[in-house]
Amino acid sequence: MPEKPDRNAIEVRGVRKVFGTGENAVAALATVSVSIRENEFFTLLGPSGCGKTTLLRLIAGFDYPSAGEILLYGDDIAPQPPFRRPVNTVFQSYALFPHMTVAENIGFGLEMLNKPKAEVKARVAEMLRLVRMEQLANRRTSQISGGQQQRVALARALAPQPKVLLLDEPLSALDYKLRKDMQIELKRLQGETGITFIFVTHDQEEALTMSDRIAVMSAGRILQVGAPRDIYDRPADRFVADFIGESNFLKGDVTGTDGGRATVKLSSGTEIRASLPEGFSPSGSVTVVVRPEHAQLAAADGGAALQGTVENVVYLGTDTHFHLRLDDGVPFIVRRQNARGGADSFAAGSRAGVVIGGDAAQVLRD
Amino acid sequence: MAKPFSIRHQPGFTAIAALCFFALYLPILVLVVYAFNAASSTAEWGGLSLKWFQSAAQNTQVIDATVRSFQIAATAAVIATIAATMAALATTRTPPYPGLTFKYAAINQPLMVPEIVTAVALLIFFSRIKIFTGYSGLGYLIAAHTAFCIPFAYLPIRARLENMDLTLERAAADLYATPWRAFRRVTLPLLWPGILAGLMLAFVISLDDVVITEFVKSGGQDTLPTYMLGQIRRGITPEINAISTAFLLLSVAIVTLFFFVSRKRD
Repeated sequence: MPEKPDRNAIEVRGVRKVFGTGENAVAALATVSVSIRENEFFTLLGPSGCGKTTLLRLIAGFDYPSAGEILLYGDDIAPQPPFRRPVNTVFQSYALFPHMTVAENIGFGLEMLNKPKAEVKARVAEMLRLVRMEQLANRRTSQISGGQQQRVALARALAPQPKVLLLDEPLSALDYKLRKDMQIELKRLQGETGITFIFVTHDQEEALTMSDRIAVMSAGRILQVGAPRDIYDRPADRFVADFIGESNFLKGDVTGTDGGRATVKLSSGTEIRASLPEGFSPSGSVTVVVRPEHAQLAAADGGAALQGTVENVVYLGTDTHFHLRLDDGVPFIVRRQNARGGADSFAAGSRAGVVIGGDAAQVLRD
Repeated sequence: MAKPFSIRHQPGFTAIAALCFFALYLPILVLVVYAFNAASSTAEWGGLSLKWFQSAAQNTQVIDATVRSFQIAATAAVIATIAATMAALATTRTPPYPGLTFKYAAINQPLMVPEIVTAVALLIFFSRIKIFTGYSGLGYLIAAHTAFCIPFAYLPIRARLENMDLTLERAAADLYATPWRAFRRVTLPLLWPGILAGLMLAFVISLDDVVITEFVKSGGQDTLPTYMLGQIRRGITPEINAISTAFLLLSVAIVTLFFFVSRKRD
């Protein structure tokens, strides 16, 4: 895989998108700025209506921003129509041309760029090989399966060698097994072609599996940008913590901060250490998040940070979820990986302590 | 023995259907049969003969009227289809806005205004222009036919466009197709069956028109239907039956042709 240079493929600068006018105006994007590096698998993640597809459409050129700039390697492409932008899209519905064969679909972009016939033919053959569709080159797009249509859509968008490939929830129509395969396939294609991918999804698992970096969006804003591990381990705010993975939220007061970490006195009276989001030094009341698998169960009254009662034990095969009610009434979940033959040491109704390790807790921005 | 209940069988429906088909096709059957009548009146049967077909084929008035009908229908249908295609694109490619319904109504006006009203209006309007310009050619008939053919061409084209996925055009634009090339390579090929349907329908509607043609035509501009109407006033001979039968075969041929063309395209 080529070394990833630190160059920005796309820079979104202060982009705002408002639909409607006057009283009916709705801001689909509220002044968003983000940089996407060259050769990066970048994911826009958020629930429906968060503005992720709007941002993608603005980069593709299907819509124009109400304010702001979109730079592609330094040039502002925001005012250009889609057919002048060296950016291609894989549509959610694939949007394959039904009156053309698989090969004609893949060659369409190159043909529109007025490439010589021989070059188009060679490139189409190369693309068919890349997505393993050589046998179906002369089929109509209605005669191939959903997964195959998906690969044709990918090949069609990759064939003109765009500077950036945009993918609008392309896996959402596939069944679970196929989706898993395509996740790996997409990652492979991105590595092999070295093209910058911008991937839109509402599926956190998809985002965590494939992305180099993720931007979590909600209500027209980008809340946090970071590598999957950063986003998961160090969510910056409550929405991010809640949207990605499972979370335990604890209330407390900051009693001291030093070098990116804080000492938080929880409402139960114990003090724990928690990481701070970058550039955030709170005082007073804060919320702390702990992932269920980052906490451990311990014997009750054994000096653990929190004490409570086990209310429910849910066996999930690979791991077990212990649903606790802490002594101050707050619910708390601990997840423990199962070992073969291991017995459930904490039965429902028993008392337990919860140990929160040195790096397990994270202070939220709000 | 009682039949098992089935929602697909309603008592009496078969009889009603049979009656409708009977009322629809029996008169046409009689007309076709009498076209092969050797007698010189439709009141009597004089044995089988093709003489009325020969007589019609040699009648210069019939030939003139047929040629004129085709000229008018072909020209009017083509112009109407082009106009209808543009109108359909304009009325389906935008999100709905106030006034769009009014535009639909305006385009489809010939379907709603009684034909006789349009005919009288055109008669008065065109007579002024005739006096003013001195031109009295086929142009008036072509203009009138184009106008009332537009909605017939418009409806199938619009139906086709409304079923078309707009994302396809977006995909074409995304793949470097300029708006014109996206239209040529994606929209038009997908729209083609609708356009053909519209063209055929407009052609047949124009070919069939009596009322407006009767009012608008100048002297010596009979089309086949107005010629037939004129003949019937003088008493019916089997020649009219023969012309009608030929006309029927032609219509069936056009519809069949369209059926195969559109099936191949889909």
